[in-house]
Amino acid sequence: AAGMFLRLLSDIQWRAAHPKWRRMTSSRRSTSTTAEPHPVSLPAQAQVVICGGGIMGTSVAYHLSKMGWKDIVLLEQGRLAAGTTRFCAGIVSTARPVSIELKMAHYSNKLYQQLEQETGVPTGYMKTGSISLAQTQDRLISLKRIASSLNVMGIPCEIISPKQVVQLHPLINIHDLVGAMYVPEDALVSSANVSLALATAASRNGVQIHERTSVSHVTVQKGRVTGVETDRGRIQCQYFVNCAGQWAYELGHSGEEPVHIPLHACEHFYLLTHPLKEPLSSSLPTVIDPDGRIYIRNWQGGILSGGFEKNPKPLFTEGRNQLEIQNLQEDWDHFGPLLSALLRRMPGLEALQIMQLVNCPESFTPDMRCIMGESPTARGYFVLAGMNSAGVSYGGGAGKYLAEWMVNGYPSENVWPLDLKRFGTLQSSRTFLRHRVMEVMPLMCDLKVPRWDFQTGRQLRTSPLYDRLDAQGARWMEKHGFERVKYFVPAGKDLLDLDHSKTFYKPDWFDIVGSEVKCCKEAVCVIDMSSFTKFEISSTGDQALESLQYLFSNDLDVPVGHVVHTGMLNEKGGYENDCSIARLSKRSFFMISPTDQQVHCWAWLKNRLPDDSSLTMEDVTWKYTALNLIGPRAVDVLSELSYAPMTAEHFPSLFCKEMSVGYANGIRVMSITHTGEPGFVLYIPIEYALHVYNEVMNMGQKYGIRNAGYYALRSLRIEKFFAFWGQDLDAFTTPMECGREFQVKLEKGMQFVGQEALLEQKQNGVYKRFTMFILEDHDTDMDLWPWWGEPIFRNGRYVGKTTSSAYSYTLERHVCLGFVHHFDEKTGEELVVTTDFINQGEYEIDIAGQRFQAKAKLYPFSSLFTQRRRKDEVELSGYQRE
Amino acid sequence: FYLTPPQVNSILKANEYSFKVPEFDGKNVSSVLGFDSNQLPANAPIEDRRSAATCLQTRGMLLGVFDGHAGCACAQAVSERLFYYIAVSLLPHETLLEIENAVESGRALLPILQWHKHPNDYFSKEASKLYFNSLRTYWQELIDLNSGESTDVREALINAFKRLDNDISLEAQVGDPNSFLNYLVLRVAFSGATACVAHVDGVDLHVANTGDSRAMLGVQEEDGSWSAVNLSYDHNAQNEHEVERVKMEHPKSEEKSLVKQDRLLGLLMPFRAFGDVKFKWSIELQKRVIESGPDQLNDNEYTKFIPPNYHTPPYLTAEPEVIHHKLRPQDKFLVLATDGLWETMHRQDVARIVGEYLTGVHHQQPIAVGGYKVTLGQMHGLLTERRARISSVFEDQNAATHLIRHAVGNNEFGAVDHERLSKMLSLPEELARMYRDDITIIVVQFNSHVIGACQNEE
Repeated sequence: AAGMFLRLLSDIQWRAAHPKWRRMTSSRRSTSTTAEPHPVSLPAQAQVVICGGGIMGTSVAYHLSKMGWKDIVLLEQGRLAAGTTRFCAGIVSTARPVSIELKMAHYSNKLYQQLEQETGVPTGYMKTGSISLAQTQDRLISLKRIASSLNVMGIPCEIISPKQVVQLHPLINIHDLVGAMYVPEDALVSSANVSLALATAASRNGVQIHERTSVSHVTVQKGRVTGVETDRGRIQCQYFVNCAGQWAYELGHSGEEPVHIPLHACEHFYLLTHPLKEPLSSSLPTVIDPDGRIYIRNWQGGILSGGFEKNPKPLFTEGRNQLEIQNLQEDWDHFGPLLSALLRRMPGLEALQIMQLVNCPESFTPDMRCIMGESPTARGYFVLAGMNSAGVSYGGGAGKYLAEWMVNGYPSENVWPLDLKRFGTLQSSRTFLRHRVMEVMPLMCDLKVPRWDFQTGRQLRTSPLYDRLDAQGARWMEKHGFERVKYFVPAGKDLLDLDHSKTFYKPDWFDIVGSEVKCCKEAVCVIDMSSFTKFEISSTGDQALESLQYLFSNDLDVPVGHVVHTGMLNEKGGYENDCSIARLSKRSFFMISPTDQQVHCWAWLKNRLPDDSSLTMEDVTWKYTALNLIGPRAVDVLSELSYAPMTAEHFPSLFCKEMSVGYANGIRVMSITHTGEPGFVLYIPIEYALHVYNEVMNMGQKYGIRNAGYYALRSLRIEKFFAFWGQDLDAFTTPMECGREFQVKLEKGMQFVGQEALLEQKQNGVYKRFTMFILEDHDTDMDLWPWWGEPIFRNGRYVGKTTSSAYSYTLERHVCLGFVHHFDEKTGEELVVTTDFINQGEYEIDIAGQRFQAKAKLYPFSSLFTQRRRKDEVELSGYQRE
Repeated sequence: FYLTPPQVNSILKANEYSFKVPEFDGKNVSSVLGFDSNQLPANAPIEDRRSAATCLQTRGMLLGVFDGHAGCACAQAVSERLFYYIAVSLLPHETLLEIENAVESGRALLPILQWHKHPNDYFSKEASKLYFNSLRTYWQELIDLNSGESTDVREALINAFKRLDNDISLEAQVGDPNSFLNYLVLRVAFSGATACVAHVDGVDLHVANTGDSRAMLGVQEEDGSWSAVNLSYDHNAQNEHEVERVKMEHPKSEEKSLVKQDRLLGLLMPFRAFGDVKFKWSIELQKRVIESGPDQLNDNEYTKFIPPNYHTPPYLTAEPEVIHHKLRPQDKFLVLATDGLWETMHRQDVARIVGEYLTGVHHQQPIAVGGYKVTLGQMHGLLTERRARISSVFEDQNAATHLIRHAVGNNEFGAVDHERLSKMLSLPEELARMYRDDITIIVVQFNSHVIGACQNEE
C-alpha cells in the first residue's frame, strides 16, 4: 500500500506541475508508462470492496475510513479519476431545488474547501460564486424559490438585478435578462484532483487502492454479499459498493442475482478556449443560463462552456464495449445551438480562439435524482451512482451519507428521494432508460413548475379501466410506472396545451378539480386507485400476527374484518411505511401501502420476517383493481348494487368484508376512503374490474356519480390534515410528531420496533410538530401558489418547511402542511415543541421570497366537515398517499 | 415578379400525396412502408399521370407513372385501366371464376384493387362501363384459356400491357354509339403514353417499363452513402438495343428513315408507348377511322397527318421490358419518375437527395477543429450555414416534393436556390414547357426489417 501511495503522490505532483491536465492523451501515456503494473497483490478478503475510483468511490472510501472502518479495498478498472470525473467541468453549485441534494452540495463545498489543507493535494479549489440568470419571470420565480431555501439554510444567496449582474461579470449581455440569483460561495475545483485528494486521505487511513483491476461480478449467497470476482482474483467481503458511474447498470446486472440500477449515459459536450487577450480572472463567477441551456466558467484565462441540449445523444445502450470514453467524437453540429446561446450571452467572445470540444458522457436517472442505498435483494450491496451531471457538487455529501448508511444503518438525513429502492425492476429496461434520459437531460435546464410530469416511458403499468377512463377525458400522471388520473376534462372543455398550463400561479384545471371535489362532498365520486401496493401476509399458525405485531406500531390483534391504520416504524420510531392493514382471517392480513413502497416495503419486511416456511408474503398489487367511492351517496350506490345494507350500523367505519357487487363475487369492500370523507374502497379482482366499474357508474347515475382524480383527492385530504408517506412522512418522522399517537399502542402487550424511541418521545416531548397552515392574505387568483418546501416563519424566525399544500375548496383558502421546529434563539439548538409553542406564534409562509400570513392549526376543522354527518361516522384516523 | 417561399411551397405541394401502409399491432408485415408522390405540371393541362394501388385478391402493391404525349387522354386511360389488367392477369383461375359468376348473377363483385389516390387523380365515370366490358372480355378469355399453371408476374405484366393497348386500339376501331365516348376512345388511341410500373410483393420487385420513364433503386452502402441502381431501360434513341430492335423489325430499306433526329420516324421520342395508333395502324385503317369519326377528329391536323416513310406498320409497341429484383435490406427506396425528372437530375444525385431526406441524415463532413485556429465567431457562422442547409431538407413532408424542389431549384452547386425556384415556378403557362417538362415522381420506401426477415426465412 505504501508503494501505491507514493505512486499516487507522484501522479498528483505531475498533474500539479502541468496545469493543463485536461489534455490527457499525453499525460495518460506518460503516467501509465511510469506506473508499475499491479505493484501490490489483491487481499483475499476485506470488509468493504468499493468498485470505481471516481469521485464517488473515493468519497465513500474517504468517509468510511474517517468513520473508523479501515478494512476497505477500492478497485478501479483504469486509473483513479479517469472516467467522467476526469472530464467533468468542476463546478460546485449549491443551487439545487431538492432539499437533500442542496444539503449534499453544501457539505461537498465545505469539504473541498479544506481538503487541500487536510491532504496536501492541490484541489484547485477557488471560491468564485455563481450567477444563475433568468430570461423570463417564471424562471426568476423558480430561482427565488431556491434562494428562499438557501437562505434558511444559512447559505448566502441573493436575487440581483441585471445591472448587478454586469458588475459581477463584465462579459455578460444583460438586455434579455429579468434578474438573476447570486450564490457567492459556490466554487470551482479540479474534480480529478479532488478525487485524488480524497483517495490520498483514504489511503492514509488504511484504504487499499488498486488500479487496473476490473470487477467482473459480485457474488451473493442467501441474499447477502459474499465477495467480488475481479480479473485479478477473488476478494471476500461483507459489503460491496457500486460506484461504477455509467457502468453501474451493467455491473449491477453482471451477477446471478441482478441489482437494478436504472441509469443511462448521454453524451455531454463542453467547449474549452484559449485565454482571452486579457486573461479572465480565475475568481470570476460561474454563469448558469438555464434558459440558454448553458453554463460558463472561467478556465485558465479562457472559458469552459457546456450545456444540456434539447436533443441529447444517449450512448452505451448496448453496453460498454461499444465505444471507449476516450474515443468519443466531438460533434460541432450538435453543439451549434449551445454555441449560439453562449455568443448571445457573451457576444464579446466572438474572437476567442477554440481549443477543444470535449465529449464527456454523463449518466442520468429516470427522475433526475441520484441513486444511493442498499439493494433490495442483496444485503450489503450498496450503490452510489447516476449523478445527472452534478457529480462534483454531490460527491462529498453523497459519499458521506452512504458511509453513514453503511456504518450506522441509516444516514443522518432523510435520503428517500435518492434511495435505490424508489425504483424497481420496471425502471430497468434499456429502452425505457434510453427514452427517459433523452427527456431528463434537457429537463436539467427546463423550468420545473409544480406538478410537472415526465412524458416518456409512460403507459407502462395501467389499470384495466385505463381506456375507459381515458375516453372520458382523464388526464394522467405517473407514479412508479403506474398511470393515475389527475382529473377529468369535461367533454367540450378545452384546457391549455401542456406548455401553457405550466404555471406557478393558479392552474387551468382549478374549476374542474373544484367540481370534482364538490361532487365528493355532496354526491359520490369514483377514483381508480389501483396503483397502491398490496401485500397479503398469512401463516399456518399465529406467526403472521406475531410478526406483524412486532413490525407495526398499532395493535393488529383486532377482530376479523377490521382495518387498522398503522405505521411501519424503524428503531428510531420513524415511518418506514404508512399502511392500512385489514385482518382477513385469524391468520391472514391484507396490507395496503403507497404506490412507491412496492420495493422498499417488500425488502423491509423480507429482511425482518422470520425465515419460516409456514409464513408467506405475496405481492398482490397486480391482482386487484381499487375503486374508491367517495361521498355521502356512496353508501346508497353500494347497497343497491349488493342488496346488502351498507349503513354505519351494518358496515361501520374501518371495516372490511368480502361481498358481491353486481354479478361479481369476492370483492373486498373496505370502509375507508383515504380522504376523511365517507365512502368505500373496493378491491376488485382485475377480471371483474370493468364489470364492477360499469355497474357502479350505471347505478350511480341517479345519485349524480362522476369520475374524479387524484387532484381532488389531494385537496380533500390536505384540508382534512391527513399526512402522506413519502411527502409529509418519512423515516425521520414519528407518529408522535404528526399527531398520530392514537395509532400507536405502546401497551399492546408486546414489543414492537420503535417502541422505545416513542416511549422516550412520549415522556420528553417532540422536537418537531406536524402543523396545518391556512394562508390568510393569499389571493388565489393573483398570487403565486404554494407547492412544497416553502420556509415557515414563526414570529419572523425560520422554524421549518412545508411538505405539501393544496387549495381547499371548502375553506376557500390554501392549506399548507409542514413541520415546525423550535430552534433556540441564541444557540440554534433544537428544543422541544409544545402545543403552546405552536399556538402562540404568528406564522408566515415564504413563497418565492414573498411572505404570506398563515394560521397554524394542530387539528382539522372538525366543525366545517361534520355539519351534515353524525360524529361517529367520521373516519378519524385516515391517512392518505399520493 | 417574385414568389415568396410560402407561395413556392403551395405550388410545390398542391399535388403531393403520401400513403403509409397501415401497421397492425405494431407489426408491419409489408415490405413497403409507404410511398410519397407528387406532380409538377409544365403543360396545361398536365399530361403526366400516376397510379398506386394495393392488390386485394393477390398480394402486392402496384405503382406507376405515365407520361402522356399529344394530349393526356391516353395517359389518363392507362392510369385508370392498366392496374386492373395486371391484377386480373395475376388472379388464379378460381378467383376469376368467382368474379365472373358474381357479375353473371348480379352479385357484389370482390374488390380487386384498393386505390391510393390524390383528389386530383380522377377516373372517367362515362367510360367506366366501356372499360369494364373490355376488362371482362379479357378475364373471360383467361378463364377459357385456363392454363392451370400458377401466374408468373413477369408474364402477367407483359400480357396486361399488351392486352390493354390492344383494347385501346380495338375500342377506337369499333367506336361507340355515344358520341362523347366515341370521341374519347379515339382521343385515347390517337394520343400516346409511356408507362413505368412497379409491382412489389415481399422481396420480389418487378418493374415493367414501356417508354422513357424510369425506375431507380436507392441503395445504402455500408458506409452510409447512397447509390442508384437502374431498374428499367429507357426506350428511346439513346438506347442502342432499342434502336437495334426497331431496325430488326423493319426492312433494311427503311433503316435510314426509322430513327431521325433521335426520334422514331423523326417524330416520336419514346420508342415504345401505349396508344399512338398513328404509329401502329395501317394508313388505310387510320384514314377510315378518321373519316368516319367525329368532326373534331377530322379538324385536327395532327391526327390526319400520316408519318413520313410509313411503310411497314406497326412501328410502335406497348410491350414492356420487365426487370425482376430481389429486395435486400440495403435497398431502401424506389423512385419511379417521368423523364421530366431525369432530364434535370442525375440518378446518383436523386439517390443521395432522397436517401438523406428519408434517413434525416445529411451527410456532411463532421467538423474538427484539430490544430487550426478557429474563433468562436467563425465556428458559429460555419455551423449556422450548415444548419440552414440541413433545414431545407425538412421543409418538405414528402420525399417526392423534396425531389421536385431540387430538380427545379438546384443551382450549379447542387443546393436549392430559392430565387431560381421562384423564377421557374412563376413562368407563364406558354413558356413553362420550354424550360421544363411535366414531372411526376413516386418514391416508395421499403421496410428493411421485413425484407431482412424475409431473406432469413428463404
